[in-house]
Amino acid sequence: MAVRGAVASRSGLRSALPLLAPAYLWLTVAIFLPLSAMVFFSFMTDLPLSGKPWAFTLGNYAAFFSQGLYLTLLLASLRLGLEVTLWCVVIGYPAAYVLAKVLRGRSREAIFLLVILPFWSNGLVRIFSWAMVLREGGILDTALNAVLPFRINIDLMYSYPAVIIGLVHSYVPYMVLTCYLTLQAIDDSLIEAGRSLGASRLQVLKRVIIPLSMPGLVAGAALIFVPVVGSFMEPRILGGRTGTFYGTVIEDQFVAVFNWPLGAALSFILLAVVLVILAVASPVLRRAA
Amino acid sequence: MAGVQVSDVSRIFGAHKALDDVTIDFADGGFYALLGPSGSGKTTLLRQIAGFDFPDSGRISIGGESVERVPVEKRRIGMVFQNYALFPNMSVADNVAFGLSVRGEAKAVIATEVQRALDLVQLAKLGVRRPHQLSGGQRQRVALARAIVTKPRVLLLDEPLGALDKALRVDMQIELKRIQREIGITTIFVTHDQEEALTMSDRIGILRDGRLVQEGPPEEIYDRPKSEFAATFLGDANIFRGDTTGNGIRLPDGTAIAAGAGATLAAGTKASCAVRPERIRIGTDTGAADGDANMLKGQVSKRIFAGNNSTYFVERAGQTLKVIVQNTGADRLAEGQDVVLRWSPESTVLIAAT
Ligand SMILES: Nc1ncnc2c1ncn2[C@@H]1O[C@H](COP(=O)(O)OP(=O)(O)OP(=O)(O)O)[C@@H](O)[C@H]1O
Ligand SMILES: [Mg+2]
Repeated sequence: MAVRGAVASRSGLRSALPLLAPAYLWLTVAIFLPLSAMVFFSFMTDLPLSGKPWAFTLGNYAAFFSQGLYLTLLLASLRLGLEVTLWCVVIGYPAAYVLAKVLRGRSREAIFLLVILPFWSNGLVRIFSWAMVLREGGILDTALNAVLPFRINIDLMYSYPAVIIGLVHSYVPYMVLTCYLTLQAIDDSLIEAGRSLGASRLQVLKRVIIPLSMPGLVAGAALIFVPVVGSFMEPRILGGRTGTFYGTVIEDQFVAVFNWPLGAALSFILLAVVLVILAVASPVLRRAA
Repeated sequence: MAGVQVSDVSRIFGAHKALDDVTIDFADGGFYALLGPSGSGKTTLLRQIAGFDFPDSGRISIGGESVERVPVEKRRIGMVFQNYALFPNMSVADNVAFGLSVRGEAKAVIATEVQRALDLVQLAKLGVRRPHQLSGGQRQRVALARAIVTKPRVLLLDEPLGALDKALRVDMQIELKRIQREIGITTIFVTHDQEEALTMSDRIGILRDGRLVQEGPPEEIYDRPKSEFAATFLGDANIFRGDTTGNGIRLPDGTAIAAGAGATLAAGTKASCAVRPERIRIGTDTGAADGDANMLKGQVSKRIFAGNNSTYFVERAGQTLKVIVQNTGADRLAEGQDVVLRWSPESTVLIAAT
């Protein structure tokens, strides 16, 4: 039986090859080739443009370790990633819970659409709308002062909180979606069983629902943490002078300073650090789930 | 432990009355079956008692205490779900320990109680397994152990054996009954299966369209059904319809049928008589009725042999009657043969037309 199964799966693989080929071809062209070009660049002294002389070097990687600034910025970006991920959990998980377990029918569809909407809107539009809301004399400032009896000055623009707000808004749909999917799959009778055994709603949430939705939380966190650590658009536009992060420095290398080799090297260091963090975190999270 | 009183409970979903003025008294320590066709409100009634849902009107009390404002977790009930609803993220032992652990019992107490509960359902060795590593019957027993380990006042079971095959089902029926006797807990058991209801319970309640049609011990419901629905839903019955004569009914063709059981009705009203197939004797002797026995002539249209008994379908005045005869070795009747059916008035239940 086992032998026959193995044979069947091998012939299954062979017949699947024509189907898989386009996907592999696409991966090669779209990801592998540019990425290997970048790996190559990161070991060069200069870009081989207009016949400039270049040589192989480890200097770009060494720069990261010789200048404390890069490490400081990397730590700041990791902290930013952690904070944004936590806020996304705090905001996204309850929203996903309400969507999956409380709302039904029409109202569920409507709220779902509202959650997904930022996801579909253009990133720049999203960020500049926040700029309108957060600046002094902006929408938030005007609205609060219209309601409150005393005068306050709200100027969140060009600050760390503004960066957090912008990033959380951009990335929270990932958390809502992944958590919604796992919560949706949890049978309501498990909640009822827990309550019938004497557990309060909160105890059921802590002991049954959250452990069972761990895969969604982890997937959402990974989907958010990684791009946020390397983000540059929100920090730049909403953070102003306070918005210098690891991601903005990499961007500078590519679009302002034209030091692609350094930019590439810094990106790969970030990639390595993020992979190590995910590798260390995943067994811990898996045990928790 | 405690009895459960359901008084005048109604539950309305939109325009649909899922429960319509239901009153039942579940006695302390009794085993009660709720029986009824799909959509008759069995689950809805159980959910009102459990506290997952609340009646639009009426009262429910457990152990003499009104539970209107008591949330599920404070009602001290045990519930077994049709799909078992075991927590997939926990081992069998942790599943069983859940109720004690949320209550904050000491670890040592939990361990002994869990072991005792697993012993009771004969799963002592499987505590470390995960629910997905168990068979259907084993999961069922874990769900039961989990529900009773907290010493609830009432055990509620919603078609707990529905997903099991016939043989396992019978084993589990015996097991469940044994455990229920051992701990003497008030048990309310929802089932589709009339045989299960008859063999397991002290009392049966039959629901139809949200109304309690009849309620009582199994023997009483089987022998003295109060409606055509009760007679045909619980077991098989031959139904005759006609006008009341005082001691029975007269069929449209003038034949009188004497009834010795059931309702007392004024002569002239519409009524029915119900006779169980196994109460009818079938033969070829066309002699006069012995005593006051009921007698009808007919013709065998079909015979189904089932080993220990045979079922005869007899055509009579456009009606097909069913007769079950034990296999005693006597001669069998052939299809097409003219036959005479006889049965006593005591076997005939008079039912008011609805
Ligand atoms: N939450 C609800 N909203 C609307 N209607 C409901 C709801 N719950 C039950 N009903 C309706 O109430 C009626 C009784 O349902 P219930 O689940 O109690 O039936 P049941 O006797 O348990 O049936 P089954 O044997 O199929 O489980 C059904 O017509 C059902 O459609
Ligand atoms: Mg049901």
